[in-house]
Amino acid sequence: MAKNISFTLKYWKQNGPKDAGHFDMREMKDIPDDTSFLEMLDILNEELVAEGKEPFVFDHDCREGICGMCSLYINGTPHGKTATGATTCQLYMRRFNDGDVITVEPWRSAAFPVIKDCMVDRSAFDKIQAAGGYITVRTGAPQDANAILIPKQDADEAMDCATCIGCGACVAACKNGSAMLFVSSKVSQFALLPQGRPEAAKRAKAMVAKMDELGFGNCTNTRACEAVCPKNETVANIARLNREFIKAKLHD
Amino acid sequence: MWLTNSSIGRKVLMSVTGIALILFLTFHACMNVVALIDGDAYNTVCSALGANWYAVVATVALAVLVVIHFVYAIILTLQNRKARGSNRYAVTDKPAKVEWASQNMFVLGVIVVLGLLLHLWNFWFNMMFAEMVNGGYAFVADVPAHDGAALIALTFSNPIYTVIYLVWFVALWFHLTHGFWSAFQTLGLNNKVWFCRWKAIGTAYVTIVMLLFAAVAIGYTCCGGIAA
Ligand code: HEM
Ligand code: SF4
Ligand code: FES
Repeated sequence: MAKNISFTLKYWKQNGPKDAGHFDMREMKDIPDDTSFLEMLDILNEELVAEGKEPFVFDHDCREGICGMCSLYINGTPHGKTATGATTCQLYMRRFNDGDVITVEPWRSAAFPVIKDCMVDRSAFDKIQAAGGYITVRTGAPQDANAILIPKQDADEAMDCATCIGCGACVAACKNGSAMLFVSSKVSQFALLPQGRPEAAKRAKAMVAKMDELGFGNCTNTRACEAVCPKNETVANIARLNREFIKAKLHD
Repeated sequence: MWLTNSSIGRKVLMSVTGIALILFLTFHACMNVVALIDGDAYNTVCSALGANWYAVVATVALAVLVVIHFVYAIILTLQNRKARGSNRYAVTDKPAKVEWASQNMFVLGVIVVLGLLLHLWNFWFNMMFAEMVNGGYAFVADVPAHDGAALIALTFSNPIYTVIYLVWFVALWFHLTHGFWSAFQTLGLNNKVWFCRWKAIGTAYVTIVMLLFAAVAIGYTCCGGIAA
């Protein structure tokens, strides 16, 4: 049976990237604990709108953990603390207790400027992806799926890397504002497959160059990223990216 | 040049200079234990190095490594602060798997450099430098510049030095327990299987090296250069 909880919500309000920003507080009353975190914020916004106040702005889209749109730094952890990793949209109020103070902040990193409140501009990730996160093929009728045989282990590993949804939690958690877990996951998902090999060197160089150009930091292997990644990407991907990049540069 | 103008390249410089410094520390620690066993044997090693051209060349090479490592540590730290931005989180919850050392490499490095300066003043200045400019005699005491054992005994006759050196070793231990596996990770020589292996090898290796250093400092403090 769901029970209801009441708690204090402390949420970040900021009018654009230049504004200093501040927290607003709200007592949330009798929220059923099977409400998702985002539904709880919907309840907040309905209350605010009913009172004629400006709603709280946050990102969301699929609400089923696959699009990477939701963000939110909840009580000091990107996407909130869960046992096995989950996106904010998959976080439920049963993780919280009656009487808690729940602090909601945006991703804070120089490369992710705040658009409004807790909505941040993550288009830097799109630019990195566009720099090389693809394979160049002629379109047309698809080949038979088994035309190129791929060892199951490689296929699984590539799939695990491809599950990175580009949410940016890794950057938000990193004291260096480094995007290495994201970039390495995107490089790995191609590097592990035969179709990705022809452009592997070019891809690693182009994506790293774009990442550096956009002002992300240098990775110092603190592993804060893998601790918060909702898709459980690991720093083994970062070692693979380093390998791909160093190999590519030594070949030049 | 990719080693200086890409993030991964700069990390490669850190890791290669770091590994070279670890190898030097290994040599230095092995040489030091000789002093614990027999002061005369240690002095033979000291005179073999002395201010001979190969020892001077090696010293200059070491200084270059330290400078590259230190300069890039500063550059990386400044760039990373900028990338992080000036907005701080009101609440942070550090995940358990994030090691303390990994987030404090710069501070630890600064302690290491300060210790290094003191160490150069205590020994290098009275040994290699003294041999070059002071007619083969140490500055601090009336002993030959190659009498390393006497200088160790003299330095550690003051327990304040022992404490400072031990703090220095602890900082270096923290720096290197992270630095060791981090260096292999940076060079791409890591994966899910080797991750735990590098960590275990690194911790064991670095602990042994630092214990060797500590043994000499403690041994000479307690027994005042028994063998010398
Ligand atoms: C005997 C002296 C030292 C040794 C043996 C040493 C060794 C290492 C090693 C092996 C790494 C890992 C490289 C990597 O992750 O790619 C490292 C990283 C680092 N070191 Fe040192 N280091 C020494 C002194 C210093 C000094 C004097 C500083 C300067 C303050 C310093 C600051 C750093 C920083 C900031 C990092 C980056 C953190 C990281 O990349 O993991 N180190 N060091
Ligand atoms: S690596 Fe993980 S935390 Fe980083 S963007 Fe991908 S899914 Fe999000
Ligand atoms: S809203 Fe799509 S992953 Fe959370």
